[in-house]
This record gives sequence, structure tokens and C-alpha cells, in this order.
Amino acid sequence: MSGTDDRYVPIEDYAVIGDCASAALVGTDGSIDWLCWPRFDSPSVFAALLDAERGGHFQVRPSREYSVERRYMGDTNVLETTFTTDTGVLRLTDLMPVGPPEAYRRELWPTHEILRRVECVEGTVTVQVVCEPRLEYAQLDPSFDDRGPHGFFYNYDGAVLVVRSEVPLAPSSGQSALHGDQTLRAGDRHFLSLTYDDEAPAVLPLLGDHAQRKLARTINYWRDWAAQCEYEGPYRDAVVRSALTLKLMTFAPSGAIVAAPTTSLPEAIGGERNWDYRYCWLRDAALTLRALYELGYEDEGRAFFSWLLHATRLTAPDLHVMYDVHGNTHLSERTLSHLEGYRASPPVRVGNGAHDQLQLDTYGELISAAYEFVQREHALDDWHRRLLVSLGNEVCARWEEPDEGIWEVRSGRHHHTFSKAMCWVALERLLALHEEGYVSIPADRYRREATKIRAAVDEHGYNEEKESYVATFGGDRLDASLLLLPTYGYEEATSPRMKSTFARIHEELAQNGLLHRYPPDTNDGFTSEEGAFGLCSFWDEEMFARLGRLDEAREKLGETIGYANDLGLFAEEIDPDTGTFLGNFPQAFTHVGLINAAITISKAEEATPLYQHPEPQ
Amino acid sequence: MTSVFALNVGSALLWGLFATGLLTLLMSASQGLGWSRMSFPYMIGSMFTSHRGRAMGIGFGAHLAFGMSFAVLYALVFESWQWATWWLGGLLGVFHGLFLLAVLMPMLPDLHPRMASTHHGPTPTRQLEPPGFLALNYGRSTPVLTLVGHVVYGVLLGLFYPLGGGGLL
Repeated sequence: MSGTDDRYVPIEDYAVIGDCASAALVGTDGSIDWLCWPRFDSPSVFAALLDAERGGHFQVRPSREYSVERRYMGDTNVLETTFTTDTGVLRLTDLMPVGPPEAYRRELWPTHEILRRVECVEGTVTVQVVCEPRLEYAQLDPSFDDRGPHGFFYNYDGAVLVVRSEVPLAPSSGQSALHGDQTLRAGDRHFLSLTYDDEAPAVLPLLGDHAQRKLARTINYWRDWAAQCEYEGPYRDAVVRSALTLKLMTFAPSGAIVAAPTTSLPEAIGGERNWDYRYCWLRDAALTLRALYELGYEDEGRAFFSWLLHATRLTAPDLHVMYDVHGNTHLSERTLSHLEGYRASPPVRVGNGAHDQLQLDTYGELISAAYEFVQREHALDDWHRRLLVSLGNEVCARWEEPDEGIWEVRSGRHHHTFSKAMCWVALERLLALHEEGYVSIPADRYRREATKIRAAVDEHGYNEEKESYVATFGGDRLDASLLLLPTYGYEEATSPRMKSTFARIHEELAQNGLLHRYPPDTNDGFTSEEGAFGLCSFWDEEMFARLGRLDEAREKLGETIGYANDLGLFAEEIDPDTGTFLGNFPQAFTHVGLINAAITISKAEEATPLYQHPEPQ
Repeated sequence: MTSVFALNVGSALLWGLFATGLLTLLMSASQGLGWSRMSFPYMIGSMFTSHRGRAMGIGFGAHLAFGMSFAVLYALVFESWQWATWWLGGLLGVFHGLFLLAVLMPMLPDLHPRMASTHHGPTPTRQLEPPGFLALNYGRSTPVLTLVGHVVYGVLLGLFYPLGGGGLL
């Protein structure tokens, strides 16, 4: 499934840096190939990721051949890339500066900044710099204005990019790119900075010692944040890296978490499964909230829950599949035909056409998140209560409708077993909140509907011949989402039906230790074949733990974590044959899956109770 | 000749507030629409604090106060000419805007404690981008928008100040 095109770096060769509002992908070749400012879903500044020729990039690397190693500096999102050439060693440090709130009060900060430190640590190395922004998804070629000691400026649409560098840069003939070469000797250290400001005069970035202090402050910020992680179980490093990645993909002003900072990285090279993931899905809301709380990140948990309810309040009682970081739903999809796509895999899409699909499981996920929140915070605002009740009434009214299901397939609506089970979960959680006095609902009606849903799932969602729950009512195809039924308390993992479903899923969806989300030949509206779904593999390991098969759970978790790239990051999918990444990167839900699998295994090993679900009402 | 005591300070302040509000609205709209990065509140407020949010708050209040004070100056001119009309106010606005763009803006790096000098790079205490001649650094449309904003300010004062009474009526 993977293609080769030397112009493109493999997805797993990228690292991510970010400032909790925007993010950039940095390749092993020192090139920033993806950056959107001012927010995750803004038009791109660099998009070589999606068009190597036209997209624009910002590269710092040795001018001669090199070998490369890289790492995050401890528990931070500060990336260090080391290039070894036959004349010396060059180290590149990349970050988007962040700091504690008081740091923003003490001095002026650009709205966004990428800071790059290049230092020669051994011998002599000639460093080559190219900064070539192509704004608005490569539809605008900036013409830089050279303002001498203040740097290079480009004004566009009420915003300004400023480039300042201690490596001398000169504009190209058309002024649209900046180039520089300099020979560095051991001990030489230079900073380069790219900043963004809008609606106000720019804050000019400082280089030299001040930039060094900013680097130190950013390292401290991430280290302090990572140190709050309370998890002490197996694979702690992978869990902390996942937490740091989730934090990086959190839009701090609202608390929303984007699914990924990229768009249109293909789920099949040369296929058409290219989607924009720079939005926030309600799917996995409860599991994300659980991961944050279990790791001890209560502030982030509260902020995420607050965003969940504020966003959905705007559309309630209808729930959209996804919202933008401020809760808007105008995410209409369009194709950027001027970009060739990653490894010439068009189309490049921005916006997401699945936003107005009906996905009934989101009701269960959102209401479960509310239940999770109440168990931890023991409080619910009045408008939260009203919102939850309106969602419950909607579930009662609509659960019998077919929907597009958790995977947002584009092959029409069906009666998805997982969606119906999550409708049951929604009503059961509301009944539990009612019993605990947090909401007031027509309990008899909810009980009646919950009973009907359960009867429907048990009768039509389970295939006796196959001895398995199935993807759709009356069908015979499997779906990895059914592994979540015990997670949400629909059924015990040890029940005969779940045990046999687990076995069938392994028989039909597993490949090289990874799971597909559904059989690869499923008609999901596309002909190309996708990879294994990283998230589903982590659900699988949770199931092992819930079944008490702890050694297997731990071993399989280790195997799946082994598919991460050298920095511990996951894309949405993995090619089970080659281990290469497919789909948008890094993917928040895959990392949520890793965290929850590790926590579940850890709890099971310590014989501490797993998450408690209320008794069915 | 009318004495300056005929000046209606209340009317000048009231319509000054209104005119400054509209000027601020026009400038904010032009920022939001991506036409200019000129932000009077931020530029004024950042003289007092590095905190972006506080700077906007302080600057907004200070800009309103400046706008009301200038309205008293406009009123003095109207009273001294014994005449106030919309186009006379507009002419004063042209002068006001041009003075701001051509004289005050280039001087700003010397007056603003956090603005970078035009001739040297930024320093830890001076990082704010200077506006340059006619504030062109903040976008090519900035001079026109600033001028239009101040003409509107003057027109409103010329139109409404006489309604408040004073020596002109």
C-alpha cells in the first residue's frame, strides 16, 4: 500500500511541535513541511507535505550528505535533530515557544512563533537555510519586505509574518523565498525565528541569549506539565509522550482537542481516503476525558468538558460529528485541486463533509463524558442539566433511525449495532445521573426506551450463526468498535457473547498483531484499501486486560507501541505489512487509546477496580 | 468674537465619545477584515504594560479619553470660527489624520517605551514593530483607512456639536 516518491518524507519521519493553538510538522531532513497559523485549521503557511513543489517549506540542514538522529528533549515537545556529516556534527533544536501565564504578562510575545536553534557541536559544518512560505494553501506567494535589523516582513490579509535570523539570509530574485548558507565551527550557535501576528503591530522576535532563555522556559513548561502525570504503570514513557501529544493538540483558548493537526494525509497511497482532521470529534469524548482525569490532568479535563458542552449547546439537541475549536459547524468540504497531495495522492480536502452526518453513538459518548465528569467533579451547572436532558429526549425520539455510524462511512445510513448500544448507554447514564440527583428526567420513559434498545441490539445486533455481535442489524460483518461494549458498560467482557465476539474479531480483523476497524473489503464508499487502525489495536489490548489475560495484554500493548515512530508518535493508521504510517498524523485518538489501554492494564494488574459503571436501571 | 466660555464642554465630550466610538469601530472593522494592523488601543496600552489583554483594555480607555479631549479642541476651533458644519469638521479630520500619520507615527518609536527603534534591531524592552512613514508598515491600506476614520470623526463633530447649544446657536 505504501508508495515511494523521494520528494516526500515518510509520514513516520515527521515530528510535531506546537504551542497549544497551532502545530508544525518537522521532517528528519530539518524541513518544516506543514504549518497552519493562527490555529490548527487555518490555511497553511507551509504545505510541502501536500505538494513538494508548490507547498512551501522552511528547511535548515547541512549542505553535505548526513545521517540523522532525533529525539524530543526529555518530556517536552522540543525537538532536537542531530545531523552527522563527514566534517562535523550539527544540532537543530525546534520549538514553538510556550510559557506559564505569568510569562505572558512580563513581556511582549508574538502571537505565534517557530524558534529554531542551529549549533555546530563538532568539527565544521556548512548549514543551508531555505524559508519559502506559500500562504493560503500555496495560493499566495509572499514578497518579503526587507526591513534591515527588524527582519523580513510579509503583510497579508491583516496578518504579518516576520523572519529574523542570525544566519544571514537573502531574498530570492522574486523576493518570495529567503536563502542562506553559513559555515559553522564547533561552538557556533545561531537562532532563526518565524513569527505571526495579526490585527496589531507585530512583536519582533529576539534572538541570541533571549531566544536561549525562551527555549529554556519552553523546556521547563513542558517538563513541569509532564511531571504532573500521575501514571506509574507499564510503558510510562509511551503514556507520557501520548499525554504531551494530546496537550500539544489542545486548543488552549477553548479546551478543544483536534483529532490531528493535518489534512489529507492519505489512508491509502494513491487512494481517495483523504480527510481533514483539524477539527474536534465528539467520538471518544468520554474516553478522552477519562484519559485526562486518570493521568491527573484535571484542568485539561475540565476545559475539555466545558468545550464539549459549549460546542454542542449551539446545535443541541442535534449533535454534529465534529466541531471546530470554537464550536462552529460550518465545516463544508472543498477540494484544493492545485495541490497534488502527499505522494501524489489527491484530493487535498479542507473542511469535512462528514460534519452533518448522523452518528447516533455521539449521544452516548457525550452523555458518558458528562457522567464521567460528574463522578469526578460532583457538580453540574443548570444549563448542563437542561442540555443533557434535551439530548436524552433526542435519543428516545431517534434511536430507531439508521445512521452513518462511528466510522463516518460514505455508503449511506444503516442500523449500526454500536450506535444503538451507545443510545442505550446514553439513557442508562442519564438514569444514573437522575438517581444521583443531578438531572431530572422522565425516568419511566427512559427506562422503557432503554429496554427496547437493548432488546433490539440483543436480537438484531448479534449473529447467532457467527456467534458474534455484528456491525449492522441483521448483518454478518464485524466491526472493531464492538470491542468498546464492555468499556462503556453495555456488556461484561467475560460474557459468552463478548468472548466469542472477541474471538471472531481476531479471526477476521487482525493482521500482523494490528486490527482493521472493519473488514478491508467492506463497502464504505471507497475502492482503495486502507491500513490497520491504531486505535482499534489499543481497544483490543484493553479487552485482553478486561478478560484477565494480563500477560497477553501487556505483551500485545508492547507490540503495538513498537509500531510508533522513533519519537513515540502514531498516525491514524498503520500499514500492517510494512509498518509505515497512513492517514493524518499525529492522531489524538490513537494516543488516547494507548493511554487508556495502559491504564486499564495497570489497574487490572494491581487488582484495583476498573472504571465503575452504574448498575443498569 | 465669542469667548471660549461659550464652549459647550458637555456637548463636545458627548459627541467626542460618539465620534471616537465610531472611529474605533471603523479601525477595528478594518483590522478584522484584514485591511490594516493599525490598533490604536494596543499601541497606546502597550506603553503601560506588556500584558496583551491589559494593554488592550487600558489602551481602549485611553483612546476614548484622547478622542473626547480632541473633541474639545475641535469645539474650540468651531467656537473661534463661530461656525461648525460637517465639511469643516471633515477638513479638521483630514488635518488631524495627516498629522497623526506623517508626524506622530514616524516619531512613535522615540515616544513609545516598548517600540523598537527604526534604526536598530529589537531589544528585550523594545520589541513592538514601528509603524513607519504613514504607518505603511501596518499594511498598505492603513493611511487611507486612518484618514477616513479621522474624517468621519471630524464630520460627526461638525454635524452634532452645534446641536448641544453654546456660542454657535
